[in-house]
Amino acid sequence: MSAAAGAAKAPSASLRDVTNRWWTDVKSGELGSLPIIVGLIIIAIVFQTQNDRFLTAGNFVNLIVQSAAYTTIAMGIVFVLLLGEIDLSVGYVSGVAGVIATVLLIPDGNEVPTVVAILAALGAGAAIGAFHGILFAKVGIPSFVVTLAGLIAWNGVVLLLIGSRGTVILQDDFIIDLANGFLSEGTAWLLMLVCVALYAGTQLNEIRVRRKAGLEQEPYLLPALRVAALAIALGIVVYVANQDRGIPYVGVLVAALLVFWSFILGRTRFGRYVYAVGGNAEAARRAGINVDRIRIYVFAICSLMAAVGGIILASRLRSVDTNAGGGSILLYSIAAAVIGGTSLFGGRGHIKSALLGALVIASIDNGLGLLGLGSGEKFVITGGVLLLAVTVDSVSRRRQTQAGRL
Amino acid sequence: MSDTPILELRGVSKRFGAVVALHEVDFHVDAGEVMALVGDNGAGKSVLVKSIAGIHHIDAGEILFEGEVVHIHGPKDASRLGIEVVYQDLALADNLDVVQNMFLGREELDTLHRLDEIDMESRALETLGDLSVTTIRSVRQKVAGLSGGQRQSVAVAKAVMWNSKVVILDEPTAALGVAQTRQVLELVKRLGEQGLAVILISHNLHDIFEVADSITVLRLGQNVAEFKRTETNQQEVVQAITAGKLSHVPGQAETHEVTA
Ligand SMILES: Nc1ncnc2c1ncn2[C@@H]1O[C@H](COP(=O)(O)OP(=O)(O)O)[C@@H](O)[C@H]1O
Ligand SMILES: [Mg+2]
Repeated sequence: MSAAAGAAKAPSASLRDVTNRWWTDVKSGELGSLPIIVGLIIIAIVFQTQNDRFLTAGNFVNLIVQSAAYTTIAMGIVFVLLLGEIDLSVGYVSGVAGVIATVLLIPDGNEVPTVVAILAALGAGAAIGAFHGILFAKVGIPSFVVTLAGLIAWNGVVLLLIGSRGTVILQDDFIIDLANGFLSEGTAWLLMLVCVALYAGTQLNEIRVRRKAGLEQEPYLLPALRVAALAIALGIVVYVANQDRGIPYVGVLVAALLVFWSFILGRTRFGRYVYAVGGNAEAARRAGINVDRIRIYVFAICSLMAAVGGIILASRLRSVDTNAGGGSILLYSIAAAVIGGTSLFGGRGHIKSALLGALVIASIDNGLGLLGLGSGEKFVITGGVLLLAVTVDSVSRRRQTQAGRL
Repeated sequence: MSDTPILELRGVSKRFGAVVALHEVDFHVDAGEVMALVGDNGAGKSVLVKSIAGIHHIDAGEILFEGEVVHIHGPKDASRLGIEVVYQDLALADNLDVVQNMFLGREELDTLHRLDEIDMESRALETLGDLSVTTIRSVRQKVAGLSGGQRQSVAVAKAVMWNSKVVILDEPTAALGVAQTRQVLELVKRLGEQGLAVILISHNLHDIFEVADSITVLRLGQNVAEFKRTETNQQEVVQAITAGKLSHVPGQAETHEVTA
């Protein structure tokens, strides 16, 4: 059926058309979230059969809190990967932000209001990222090198800011509550209903405007299935979490960031240009897009999200120390974005891959911990999963090349 | 038809370091005319196109649009005048779909400043329909999944949907098979019939004699001949491409300019 010629006459695709189109995409390497969701189910089954505490409500809430910082930082990484670039500095940039917020809030008589401390930490993050972006876009230093230098330098800044104190206790109830406070049962259900209603509303509106414009419709079954899937998924999350402490505030923050950045990437010019620059920078330039500016913004967003993650980490640990932003944060965050399905080669990926990938990584980390295994085993297995994800990416890319694209 | 050409170049020169890519080139095209631009590899055809499009800045000479001297500093300036280019190295982003590519850099927004996908999709369908492009199954398909001919059709549609007055096609059929070349040539003819000025660059004289009204020959960066299709033949054009008379012998550029 020719959409180009026949759209005005035949405004509805059959379920079979949709399935065929999806299958063509899968064959040509657009795998979507399919492999990762299968992976998560396998992980849950494996760990549950090994240790029946894995699928308990208490551990589920732990998982949300543990994956929150990785998810947040990985969202920034998704932006950078969409350009086909990398940011190795996010770990210590998150450390710098966490330390700035915590130190500004020490009640020594010079403390600032909470909101000022948070804005200072986020502002520092955005400024650091803009600086990286300018070095990359305007001076022409490869992003790998700029951010490798950043990794070293911002680690140094963390040490300088902590100074001789060793560990600084976070003394601010608002920030501590982020990872340690929970929605009441009723609020959680209400919020869930509002989310599902809003989503259903956007789907209905989409159907309405497409019909009005005489454009091809997808079968009504699909939007109905999507709304149902969201309702069921959120329903399970809220129900299970409410068996234990409830939905942590940080879970709501992560969900809000997910919706916000998905909107920016999917529905704004800026988002479109990020994909265009990542897919074909020369085409973007010839279309009159200011490629340098997009690159600088993207690095600023990446460090800004690292700063948000740093505040979440400080909240979870209730303190910062000389190790802030170190350890596995950088590697887990990059791995999360890639495992979640964002291509290392630029131009392909979604914000949701940050969440899916971080859930995989946090599940492995958490599950192996329940089995009493140490960091050695965790790192080896996480490395294996990362390699698997990149293999899927590379193979699907090779298929795209074979399917007749330059 | 008025006698001022819609686009005219007078004495345009462009060099890259020691390489003289264009030397005092005169060129013009009228509305409704398909003007072929031919020449051997390295003759300067692509550089000429990129100079018109504002990708290269010319060193000397002037560009006139509808009789007025214009200064084109970038792709946006060219678009504003109504000049659109389909580049030899197709400027499409593989990871975006047909609609997204056609509107790249010129997205429609709704009242809330969101991308107006509905409007863009309708207009893309309309343009493809006007050009009788029927080979594209879905405009929401990623360009990565299209064949060479389909991509070329998207690139052409992208160029003509902005009320363009001049459309430049740089070797649009070079990478295409027989059937796909047919499609694109038909498209070129239709553009001319719709009153656009079309500049067609091609190595295939057979194709050119099929669709072009006039032929300009470049050789070593210089304009060596101009023909009306009805008043010439392939031999004469080949002769001009390979041995057309140069007003200026390359290699002596430096001495020439010093003594002049
Ligand atoms: N960006 C550039 N930098 C330096 N030299 C160039 C550049 N673009 C083209 N040239 C040179 O200009 C001349 C004309 O090239 P071009 O216009 O691409 O030829 P064609 O007629 O085959 O399209 C060639 O000698 C080429 O090497
Ligand atoms: Mg060329």
